[in-house]
Amino acid sequence: MISVIIRRLFTLIPLLLGITMLVFILMSLAPGDFLTPVKAQRDVPVELIEAIEEEFGLDRPWHIQYFKWLGNVLQGNLGYSWAYKLPVVDLIGQRLLATFLLSLSALVFAWGIAVPLGVLAAIYKDSFFDRLSSALAYAALSIPEFFLALLLMFAAAQTGWFPFGGATSIEYDYLSATGKIFDRIHHLILPTLALGIGSIAYIMRIMRASFLDAIQSGFVTTGRAKGLSEFVVMFKHALRNAINPLISSFGFAFASLLSGALMVEIVLQYPGLGQLMYQSILREDQFVVLASVMMGCSMLVLGNLLADILLAWTDPRIRLEK
Amino acid sequence: MDIFNIFKATLRRPLGLISIGTLALLYMTALLAEFVAPYTTNEQDLERTYHPPTALFFEKGQLYVQAYALVDPTEARYEAIEGVGSPLRILGEGYEYRLLGLFKTNRHLFTLEDNSSRVYLLGSDSTGRDVFSRLVFGSRVSLFIGLVGITITITLGFLVGGLSGYFGGRLEFFAMRMVEFMMAIPGLYLLLALRSALAPHFSSDQMFFMIVVILSLIGWAGTARVLRGMTLSLRQNQYILAAQSMGQPAIVILFKHVLPNLLSYLLVAATLSIPGYVLGEAALSFLGLGIQEPSASWGLMLSQAQDVKVFYLNFWWLLTPGFAIFVTVIAYNVLGDVLRDIVDPKMKTR
Repeated sequence: MISVIIRRLFTLIPLLLGITMLVFILMSLAPGDFLTPVKAQRDVPVELIEAIEEEFGLDRPWHIQYFKWLGNVLQGNLGYSWAYKLPVVDLIGQRLLATFLLSLSALVFAWGIAVPLGVLAAIYKDSFFDRLSSALAYAALSIPEFFLALLLMFAAAQTGWFPFGGATSIEYDYLSATGKIFDRIHHLILPTLALGIGSIAYIMRIMRASFLDAIQSGFVTTGRAKGLSEFVVMFKHALRNAINPLISSFGFAFASLLSGALMVEIVLQYPGLGQLMYQSILREDQFVVLASVMMGCSMLVLGNLLADILLAWTDPRIRLEK
Repeated sequence: MDIFNIFKATLRRPLGLISIGTLALLYMTALLAEFVAPYTTNEQDLERTYHPPTALFFEKGQLYVQAYALVDPTEARYEAIEGVGSPLRILGEGYEYRLLGLFKTNRHLFTLEDNSSRVYLLGSDSTGRDVFSRLVFGSRVSLFIGLVGITITITLGFLVGGLSGYFGGRLEFFAMRMVEFMMAIPGLYLLLALRSALAPHFSSDQMFFMIVVILSLIGWAGTARVLRGMTLSLRQNQYILAAQSMGQPAIVILFKHVLPNLLSYLLVAATLSIPGYVLGEAALSFLGLGIQEPSASWGLMLSQAQDVKVFYLNFWWLLTPGFAIFVTVIAYNVLGDVLRDIVDPKMKTR
């Protein structure tokens, strides 16, 4: 198991190298660099700019810049964000936490609703409930996330029940500990809904199909024949076998939530990694873009790894070692 | 099964008929945009900003458009004037255009007789432009981007996947590592990075072209991977061996013997991936990185609805482009599922 994890983590290295190089090339194709607006500011001393240009080799061609940057990264220096006047490490840390919180709450929300719904739809196959939930799932899958986010904003403005963007209120720092938690949750509700509804539909469809497969297999008939109650047959035997495809989709869901979170974060003004990435691309805040792309890709790979480990853990037929 | 039979089988199913009908209607509207839309994309009327959808009423065998008075300019509140309206003319005369780019005409589906009032089927936006007209013109970008994009993606995917599946070896190794690399990058992140790099090389008129290129560059990897697998298994067939021993060149075998066997899969895959392009364009334009003003596209129109004023004063009609996207996407998804059932009954979802 451990050797598999290590091997997987090693595949991250060429991936990250390739992706950062690609981003470097793409950003060097765009005119100007992140120092262009800084040079226009009068209060920034010329020596400082020259020092930065020297440190990151900004006046050199892109490949030399790339290796300079790589050397800095290997020493733990991710660079400095000019737009936020913060070291990139601190900036990414804050944003990563916010996005992680959002992805997690959307996952919990989606799974908590989708798994029971999918099971019920499979048990009561072809009933009115099944048809209705299938139709709704179809509709939910076809709504673009940013449009859903817009609709939720609309609802929030009309009812006044939910805050308008951000991850915390203005008075957050003056709240008590429980108040802080409630404030965070209050701000998380809309983004969670916007992100979660699409995945509910997706998970529900997989759950329904794989539960139907499980119901029709031999061990369910055996269970019924030896007189087990329908409840035990369904939830102890069928459900455990049906959940496998879902677990393997977990990593994928996690990764796609990260990508999807970008649009939702921008529309709902939630200060996460996606929003940071978008803004820093617009401002050519090069080091922030590089760091957030690296984070995004690593989380994708880690999500897939997590899915494989979970799958090997729940299904004794799967062995990770060859 | 050939394409014609698949088409006939699709029309025989209710869901297939509905989705094809919806799509046909959408594309017809897009093609005949000048005829359907009463106004051009940027015909402003600053006297009537954020105008609500105008009601229609019927009197003495004539259709009238309700007249409105601006009650409160700060809140853009309009009230209907009872019994006053201007007659609506079907096939009346309006601005001049070329139908389908060929015939010069000035007839429109519907126009107003007097020019002092306006017909807003779906209200007006912040500069008094007709949302319905913009929706109709915007459908051109939003709908055709999917068709163009999928053509490029499938071609690229077939060339890379087919060649690497057929030849194998080092070519296959490099192509597949490339594909895995592309698939490991979060799509939207790549979209943003590509867009910022490519933007300076395109003028705003070429935006449509740029978006297609970006979306296809991201989309081809998945298709190439699947097609490689399918080509790999097709290669084992005897008729391929026969063609090889007769000395046919690889490219001929690929197009004459392999491609026809992939057609039904490609049809389903293409139908199910078009929504991705529609959504991709909408997302880019929504972020202000795609189609630019004064052109219209559904994503761009939605980005203008992203305004606190719109939310609080309930200008719901500005969200209609979102519903148009929704209808398009769901029609393609339903059609794709129906096609899959027909082409591959084993894949049928229960």
